[in-house]
Amino acid sequence: MIKVEFLGPIGKAPMEMEAATLADVAAKLKEDSELSSWLDKCAVALNDTMVNDLSTILKAGDRVSILPPVCGG
Amino acid sequence: MELYNGPLDVKEIFSRWLDEEAESNYGAYIPFVGTIRAEDNIEALSFDIYEPILQKWFDEWQEKAEARGAIVKMAHARGDVPVHTSSYVSAVFSPKRRVALELIDEFVEDFKANAPIWKYDVKNGKRIYAEDRSTPMDGSGLLA
Repeated sequence: MIKVEFLGPIGKAPMEMEAATLADVAAKLKEDSELSSWLDKCAVALNDTMVNDLSTILKAGDRVSILPPVCGG
Repeated sequence: MELYNGPLDVKEIFSRWLDEEAESNYGAYIPFVGTIRAEDNIEALSFDIYEPILQKWFDEWQEKAEARGAIVKMAHARGDVPVHTSSYVSAVFSPKRRVALELIDEFVEDFKANAPIWKYDVKNGKRIYAEDRSTPMDGSGLLA
């Protein structure tokens, strides 16, 4: 199992799921209508490192973070 | 990197940073202050921060600065920050002015685009995500 957490204004409780790659995570999250307006503008981190590749391999205990558009300062 | 709950004590921070580097032989010290403006009937802005990734972002900037003989510093507020107070300060110290002037521009602009901080307007005590002023981070849309 891996854990997916939603940061900032998304306001959604963390989800646990079986996923071998980030592509699997994408497929599962697309099934959730609450997330449909967020995914196209969110960046992704794996265990607190930003990632850019859907084929990234996941292992049990990994933590995927979904980061919506930012505005510091 | 320093994070505070509520508005920043700008004078204390800049004064302390000046003291910290007093003997470091930097010829230039360029501070930047971000102040909450009164507009749109807001009472305050409010901020969420994801610290682990912010720390990595900052550490990478510190390495970039060091490669040019400079250092960067920053402080940011969490939670509510009333109008006319400060939510963000940063600074560059460098041996000569040119590097500091260039770095403060790059550092503050990349901060706005890629630091994992979320801003909300506070109106009538309610937090409203400032979506129209927010920027998707590099690599956004991967899962769409």
